[in-house]
Amino acid sequence: MRGFRTLATPAKYVALVAYLVFLAFPLLWLISTAFKPPQEMALIDPTIIPAEPTLDNFRLAFEQQPLARALLNTLIIAGTSALVTVLLSIPAAYVMARYRSALSRMTMLWVLLSQMFPFILVIIPLFLLLRDAGLYDTQLGLIIVYVVWSMPFALWMLRSYVVGIPVELEEAAAMDGAGKLRTLKDIVAPLLVPGVVAAALFAFVSAWNEFLFALVLLRTPELQTISLTLVKFIGAEGVARLGPLAAAALVATIPSLVFFAIIQRRLVGGMLGGAVKS
Amino acid sequence: MSATATARRPATRPTEPKRKGFLGLDRDGLLLAVPALIPVVLFSMYPLLRGIYLGFTDAEAGRNSQTSFTGFDNYTQLLGDSYFWDSFRIGLIWAFCVTVLQFFASLGLALLLNQKLRLRWLARTLALVPWAMPPVVIGIMWRLVYHPNAGILNSTLKDLGIIDSNVEWLSSLSLALPAVIVVGVWSGMPQTTVVLLAGLQSVSEELKEAAAVDGAGPWQRFRNVTWPALRPIVTAMTTLDFIWNFNSFSLVYVLTEGGPGGSTRLPMLFAYEEAFRYGNYGYAAALGNAMVLVIAVFVVFYLRRRYREEG
Repeated sequence: MRGFRTLATPAKYVALVAYLVFLAFPLLWLISTAFKPPQEMALIDPTIIPAEPTLDNFRLAFEQQPLARALLNTLIIAGTSALVTVLLSIPAAYVMARYRSALSRMTMLWVLLSQMFPFILVIIPLFLLLRDAGLYDTQLGLIIVYVVWSMPFALWMLRSYVVGIPVELEEAAAMDGAGKLRTLKDIVAPLLVPGVVAAALFAFVSAWNEFLFALVLLRTPELQTISLTLVKFIGAEGVARLGPLAAAALVATIPSLVFFAIIQRRLVGGMLGGAVKS
Repeated sequence: MSATATARRPATRPTEPKRKGFLGLDRDGLLLAVPALIPVVLFSMYPLLRGIYLGFTDAEAGRNSQTSFTGFDNYTQLLGDSYFWDSFRIGLIWAFCVTVLQFFASLGLALLLNQKLRLRWLARTLALVPWAMPPVVIGIMWRLVYHPNAGILNSTLKDLGIIDSNVEWLSSLSLALPAVIVVGVWSGMPQTTVVLLAGLQSVSEELKEAAAVDGAGPWQRFRNVTWPALRPIVTAMTTLDFIWNFNSFSLVYVLTEGGPGGSTRLPMLFAYEEAFRYGNYGYAAALGNAMVLVIAVFVVFYLRRRYREEG
């Protein structure tokens, strides 16, 4: 067995390197393009490492398009959505974990069902609904939509955190005369902090990265999110504009990269836990 | 003690079914759950039901237009619409290719990552990065890679002597769909890899060692020990991947907007255009219903076969 392993090892490394190239190549090219001056862009033999790296593309990206405005808009929308999502989800997740009710099963069913349906079925009525409520083309409208669509998953996540808290703690609090709300606020909530952070980050990143809802529900340029602004960037694709485009795309990725850097370690373990439980 | 006792009493006392409350919750429970329930019902369940209904009406954009129930008119119209057949054919090709390629690519990577190799940390980190990127950024990044004049792909292939002149990857009728599929595989690999890796790590080491002692080679060990343990996860994952891929929108919208000549117009892109470019809400919703039907048929068929095979 050992002998076979050492024989097979070179083949494994070849495969691993092939994967690394496939995964990393586009990323390196994006980073490289973002730091390249225009005259290097259309060379016959382009290099991965720019000969004269420059930050000009970033400056141009912020000058040519309302990038700063879009980043601020997205920050407001994603931040508010994340906050509201967890505030609404904590009590509901507690109920799902502690009551033996139809609610938990219904939520699970909804998590699955909402994955199955094409967005087009939801987005037309949502568009009509928000338009009639005067919320079309407002940040509030988009926030509502994001809250609703990240809630099932947030609920599911938080529920498993509540289950992990020993019931005895709550029983002790109830013995001392604390009501349900009081128990939730003083005993459960403080212990839920890691779960709340994870759920909030998840909601933030899904809102930050989202494109289709924003495309349909926002029109005013001053309100647009980063994804919409980036797509506008694409338009006329002169070679000279590729640098700023890459730079802007890179800036837009930072929040989600930070998020994944934080949760990377937990990711594999968390998915494993979920797989076994369900 | 009393906290759980009060919580569970309604569910376990059959003598008072009326007082059980909504969904088996008492007053406190309802109070806590309702703030989350109301928005979900109002902004996702209700729109979904209304969307399904819209598929049976002639709803159109414009405030003055009247909407009336038209039964199956939209669907007879769909059956005679060549754009509909094209986009569903493309959608199925896309969803199948991406799901299958993604599965094999991810399985290979997960098997490698499950072993003690150098550079494993790097591959692990890189394998997660596509997950962290907004779909719009992934689209832009691959546009840069595929760019006919300034893209790295053309210049690399020319250096290797595989092509002589620059290829227009995303604006060629025959190459656009395969090119887009590669991007689909790239962007979906992390999730599948992580899930498969988690599955691999749950396979019992003792069982594998026992098989090795009995003289099973690596292939036999994979076939007889690892694969059976992995199978339920594989079924769930490929089913979900297929659904997600069939419903996908943003990536291809950014890469090609459905072009050239509709050769990458996935069902969602077609429906989006119908709804928000031409204002045919009813027709677009009917397309959505047709998508649900296709997904349901494939999923039921696939799952039934899967479970029959497993006995």
